[in-house]
Amino acid sequence: MLAMHIPDGFIDGPTSLVAGLVAIAVIAWSLRMTARTLDEREVPIVGLVAAFVFALQMLNFPVANGTSGHLLGGVLAAVLVGPYAGALAVTVVLVVQALLFADGGLSALGLNVVNMALVGAYAGYGVFLLVRRLLGRSAPSVATAAGVAAFTAPVLASIVFTVEYAIGGNDAVSIGAVAGSMMGVHVLIGIGEGIITAIAVGAVMATRPDLVYGARGVTEPEPASAAAPVGVS
Amino acid sequence: MARRRLSIAAFVVAGLLVAVLLVVFVAPHASTSPDGLEKVAADNGIDRHVRPSAVADGPLADYGVKDVDHEALGTIVAGLIGVAVTFALVFGAMWLVRLRRWRPPAEPVAG
Repeated sequence: MLAMHIPDGFIDGPTSLVAGLVAIAVIAWSLRMTARTLDEREVPIVGLVAAFVFALQMLNFPVANGTSGHLLGGVLAAVLVGPYAGALAVTVVLVVQALLFADGGLSALGLNVVNMALVGAYAGYGVFLLVRRLLGRSAPSVATAAGVAAFTAPVLASIVFTVEYAIGGNDAVSIGAVAGSMMGVHVLIGIGEGIITAIAVGAVMATRPDLVYGARGVTEPEPASAAAPVGVS
Repeated sequence: MARRRLSIAAFVVAGLLVAVLLVVFVAPHASTSPDGLEKVAADNGIDRHVRPSAVADGPLADYGVKDVDHEALGTIVAGLIGVAVTFALVFGAMWLVRLRRWRPPAEPVAG
């Protein structure tokens, strides 16, 4: 198995339903905010980011004794195209995975969207802004801050999962034990997520820093002539 | 300076190419160990009520292609389909979102 998100049956119906409603509300708001803020030339870039996150999520890397992890991608998407479009991009990845690839239960889709798309793109982006501020306004600080924020995203997701499990878990187990092992393994996964995200953001910063949402106001503004029409065709 | 800047189209094509290369050359070698959540679930016994996904018998379930026994080939084809579908869906959705761009409410007509 190449990736696993929350399957059907981990968490009870009511909790899954509430998560689904939360997800729908935040996605609707994200659509509205994206419509307000998305630049026309970013339209294909958001598609690329989603496709890229899909590909990266297939690449499970070993973390510790018989355990693997994969990128969640929320921070990567948010830093590249902004938290609103980033949340939408990762949500579509999760929907495609659930519907086409049977990865993640259909009833758990809301939980998975909350934990990976929304926590990553919004909370993770908040961490990114905080770290970027601490590091100062420079191009290298963007990739570094993205990496640090990406490190925290799986850990935050594991905490949110534990809360969801405490509320609606279908098996009576020690929440403390679940919390401990979830956080332990996701710290390790976070290291991978941080490295991959820093490399990917660094690569875009090296080619088209003007396309990096999280670098706005950091890099020098492009001269007007260079910002001339860029064909999408 | 004066390094020619990659156009958006070229940037997107290059990015998709990298995604395709990752799927073709890296995905078949991805770790098959249970991932973090799966491992924790098994260790803590929270997976006793797991039900298979309603689409678990789908043609691309578990990132493979039904009736393709060559595992790496199945992974690659499934991954390429996933990359293409994800790109198309999000590109299309963003295009529609832009089309229905939010505009400030119309000013009330004076008089």
